[in-house]
Amino acid sequence: MKKKQSNFREKVQLLTRHLYPARKAFALGISAALASTVLNALFTQIIRFTIDTALIGDQTGLPGFLSALSVRGLLAAACVAAVTVSLLRFAVSYVQDVSLPRGSEQFVKSLRDTLYTHIQRLPYSWHVKNPTGDIIQRCTSDVEKVRAFIAEQMLELLTTMFLMTVYTVIMFTMDVKISLVAFGFVPLILLQSAVYHKRIEKSFTEADEAEGALSSVVQENLTGVRVVRAFGRERSELNKFREKNERYCDLWLRLGATMSTFWTMGDALSMLQILSVIVLGVNMCVRGDVSLGTYLAFVSYTRSLTWPVRGLGRVISEMSKVGVSIDRLLYILKSEEEIVPDSPKTCDLHGEIRFDNVSFAYEEKKVLDGVSFTLPGGKTLGILGETGSGKSTVALLLARLYDADEGRITIGGVDVRDMDQHELRKRVGVVLQEPFLFSRTIEENIAIASAGAGKEDIAQAAKDACLDSAIGEFKEGYETVVGERGVTLSGGQKQRTAIARTLLTKAPIMVFDDALSAVDAKTDEAIRTRLREAAGDSTLILIAHRVSTLMQADEIIVLEHGKIIERGDHASLMEKNGVYARVAKMQGAAGEAIDGGEVSADE
Amino acid sequence: MSEKANEKASFSLKPWKQIWPAIRQHRWLFIGAVATDVIMAGIDAYIPLMQSEVVDSFLTPGSTAGFGAYVLKYLLVIAIEMVLLRIYFACCMHLEIKGGRDLKEACFVNLQRLSIDYHNTTSAGHSLSRTMSDTDRIAAMIAWFVPDILWGFGYIFSAFFQMARLSGRLAVTMILLAPIVTVLTVYFQKKLIELNRAVRAEHSKITASYNEGIMGAKTSKTMALEEKLSGEFRETTARAAQAGIRHAHMRALYVPMVVCCGSLAASATLFQGGGMVLDGEITLGVLSAFTTYSLSLFQSFRMQAARISHLISQQACVERVTGLIDEKPTVTDRPDVIEKYGDCFEPKKENWEEMRGDVEFEDVSFHYVEGGEEVLEHFSLKIPAGTTVAIVGETGAGKSTLVNLVCRFFEPTDGRVLIDGRDVQDRSQLWLHSHIGYVLQEPQLFSGTIRENILYGRPDAAQEDVLAAAKAVGVDRVAAKLPDGYDTDVGESGDKLSTGEKQLISFARAIIAKPKIFVLDEATSSVDTQTEHMLQKATQTLMRGTTSFVIAHRLSTIRQADLILVIDHGKIVEQGTHEELLKKQGAYYALYTTQLKAQEKK
Repeated sequence: MKKKQSNFREKVQLLTRHLYPARKAFALGISAALASTVLNALFTQIIRFTIDTALIGDQTGLPGFLSALSVRGLLAAACVAAVTVSLLRFAVSYVQDVSLPRGSEQFVKSLRDTLYTHIQRLPYSWHVKNPTGDIIQRCTSDVEKVRAFIAEQMLELLTTMFLMTVYTVIMFTMDVKISLVAFGFVPLILLQSAVYHKRIEKSFTEADEAEGALSSVVQENLTGVRVVRAFGRERSELNKFREKNERYCDLWLRLGATMSTFWTMGDALSMLQILSVIVLGVNMCVRGDVSLGTYLAFVSYTRSLTWPVRGLGRVISEMSKVGVSIDRLLYILKSEEEIVPDSPKTCDLHGEIRFDNVSFAYEEKKVLDGVSFTLPGGKTLGILGETGSGKSTVALLLARLYDADEGRITIGGVDVRDMDQHELRKRVGVVLQEPFLFSRTIEENIAIASAGAGKEDIAQAAKDACLDSAIGEFKEGYETVVGERGVTLSGGQKQRTAIARTLLTKAPIMVFDDALSAVDAKTDEAIRTRLREAAGDSTLILIAHRVSTLMQADEIIVLEHGKIIERGDHASLMEKNGVYARVAKMQGAAGEAIDGGEVSADE
Repeated sequence: MSEKANEKASFSLKPWKQIWPAIRQHRWLFIGAVATDVIMAGIDAYIPLMQSEVVDSFLTPGSTAGFGAYVLKYLLVIAIEMVLLRIYFACCMHLEIKGGRDLKEACFVNLQRLSIDYHNTTSAGHSLSRTMSDTDRIAAMIAWFVPDILWGFGYIFSAFFQMARLSGRLAVTMILLAPIVTVLTVYFQKKLIELNRAVRAEHSKITASYNEGIMGAKTSKTMALEEKLSGEFRETTARAAQAGIRHAHMRALYVPMVVCCGSLAASATLFQGGGMVLDGEITLGVLSAFTTYSLSLFQSFRMQAARISHLISQQACVERVTGLIDEKPTVTDRPDVIEKYGDCFEPKKENWEEMRGDVEFEDVSFHYVEGGEEVLEHFSLKIPAGTTVAIVGETGAGKSTLVNLVCRFFEPTDGRVLIDGRDVQDRSQLWLHSHIGYVLQEPQLFSGTIRENILYGRPDAAQEDVLAAAKAVGVDRVAAKLPDGYDTDVGESGDKLSTGEKQLISFARAIIAKPKIFVLDEATSSVDTQTEHMLQKATQTLMRGTTSFVIAHRLSTIRQADLILVIDHGKIVEQGTHEELLKKQGAYYALYTTQLKAQEKK
């Protein structure tokens, strides 16, 4: 129970925190909405007053300053008043309609910015654990639900409340009996609306799920289109689709029938409400208990109440759902950002890199187990290993995208844990196997981490990454937009762009984590020969499962199940005839003579 | 306002006409919805008259004589309205849901027929949103908005008619105001449509930024780009907020203005009509009906404008769906072929011949895009059944072209592709595809169990065959690790499995199909060296006698092939066996010895 309360408080805090920047706009808008409701009610009162005093001639309740006027004069005065109220209401509505959307834009901007920045700052491990689709969904549709809650439902609730309060006061002041009849229907309408919304909620969820199921059939069919075609399975795909489509259709029809009944009943209730007011009002008016103007005002007020009250049931049931969305956002916002050390140390990044008995477990599975090596500055280390051998973890630990569980990693003698990780990452260029390119031009992509890089530097980096010829084939060259809104690059081109991007940063340490896996052998070779030179005096770590990528390294370590099982340079490892040599042989990179005859590795 | 914006905001019947055939079978629902809606518009316009009847028959004379009959009449009106409403809702609901269902099916059916080139150039997300959400929107438009627009015209017309009938003189004010409100409405709606378009554009930028910021998070963390990207995002949201506020400004002028016109009209009516009541020209009841009309009528103008502009804004959506439904596949079977062999949904398997697996290219020329570079020029090659053909070359060199032609994903520009000595075009695509086993670089599975995914290759296969196929490629070890074994759900697109595991299942799926033509499209590049070795052995044994096409860049995969084709820049530059090609000392030799040379240098 207590936990639930604190959770509720967190939810409210989330809303109030982002409402704060919008407070002025909302306050102004809500005041204007209140004024507009009052003016609306006033307009009906003017009509009532006109009918009673000028047209029927009952001038008993007339204020002194008006009693001097003739009947026509009264009519003119009423008309002037009505025009004034209309114009005032125009002004007030304008303020309302400008301020409330402004407030909700400010609210949602604050919420979006906070989310985005927070997500950027969340640790690498968080991004590995959480599926991107889910996070995007939270940032788009859950934010939209929270926005609708504040900008639509809350405001509708508030204005309806105002409306009901103002109308209650006015109606009860005019006549208690008719008011009781008119308001007697309000709980009924509310109840009917609430019961219905409760009832359809489950059907709605079911129908939504059916839609999701249908959607994933289409999605799979489209992404797997080559498989569908190559196996000639169009017919069974269509049957699968039809089955889900029918179910979706049936559920919605059922839901539709419930909704139709509700709407029809709701309409019947409101019409009966008005009829009741008419029946009682006519009888009282004929008896002389209320004036004709009052009667007409009642009918008008009752009509104005109908729609907002009916909407209230919907609003309340929708509002109850926002809790889930806020929870989903809190999940992101409560995840902890990386902690930067208080007084970070700096080090000579050109210095020696040392792994001292480093172990690391990912989700309780040991990925690195007592790994030690020393890499002098400016040298090249190669790491060979199969998928799951822990070879990528070395790169991630070095850039402090993760922290080691045991052991120490030092650069130039300083423990990486004592450094500011952002500064460290700027200076340790890690190229991932599946690099992400941003939806902008190739040039901007290459220069994204190197502010102020000149065109020549960019071109040189592209050349070093063997990307220049590919760029030359694009019509717009370096100005070609890539990614979602532009040209789709092949896996190899993406990897080469990422390599150029890192080379341009001239980072003192560069790590290529299987960064050439999608590049063909010829280009792979070309890049490798340039890489050492292009990297200047930077320390290089090459991680791969292809022997050919690594063989020029000063030292090569072979990882298996998180442990170093072999180390040495290419020649010595081949001589050893262990795992490295076996892999080399299988990959056909070495050990075969040109004439096609078999030459085994140990010869 | 520019001409272009004018054009965009104008209504055109053409796309709606094109969508009609898909809805045609539900025309009675549409007619029912329109008919009930228009009758209801008449009733709604009649209600204020009932109010004036109360004033004139009971309140002014001060008697309740005949009031019982009046109440009965009112109840009757309520009853009629309820019946009509229920019919209207039923018609609209069924029209929306069934129309939506049929539109979705029409899209899906055509997506099955469209050729691979369409799918290559159209993203799955794009086709998905056409099939799922655009169709829903169109169905809702036709079911609810079109009848409602007719309702609006019906109501406005009836209201004016009633007013003119009650008092021509008093109606003049309203009739004079109507064109002003219309002009204002048209002007503001156009502006609002433009501004709204800007708002949507900004919003899609926000969504794109989220996509990028979240999908690219790992990369941006490695490069410490967090603050840079967050700063850019704040600029994007600021622009979106600006666009939203601009739109709100315009709306805040327009909506209250229309309401104000209504109250001004009511004020004028009160003054003029009040005088007329005093002069005895009209009754008090008539005046009360008039004030009711004047307060509500211009609101209907506004609602009508909103509905119409919504309809216009959805035109693009209709065009997208008709575009998809009417898109013609580039690869089609001839009518006589369909006659004999059936189409992809209704195959006539009794007429299908067995396939041996001989493949022949006869003077084939091919280019992907009209006017583009020739990828194949007068290429001829005979591949007897059972041959293994390896296709090597750089990434993006066009290695898939031959396979695309054999699978008839594309048609040759010139020349013929023959299967068992007959032109592929002489038999149906489904006949061909039913004899092909295909393993892609990125494995594609479907929701369901491992067993179901293997059976996808041949649904009528026996359980033993499933187990045998699974065992041959090591799926048995994957299944053994999972709680429900072969009956474990693999998740959407197989997402619960690793890429390597998915690839093994897709191998089993191809093996169980007992294909005559087997295609491996860089199928082992996502598995490690040892698994690759295992798969190679398994397929070599199981696919003996099957014509195989192996696309690969790992040379070890290729050495055993009967024939090696070397592709460079989309063209076949060399062909022959491993030994022949090495002797030739050409492109293959260069490719093959790259690593070796590098080693020697050391």
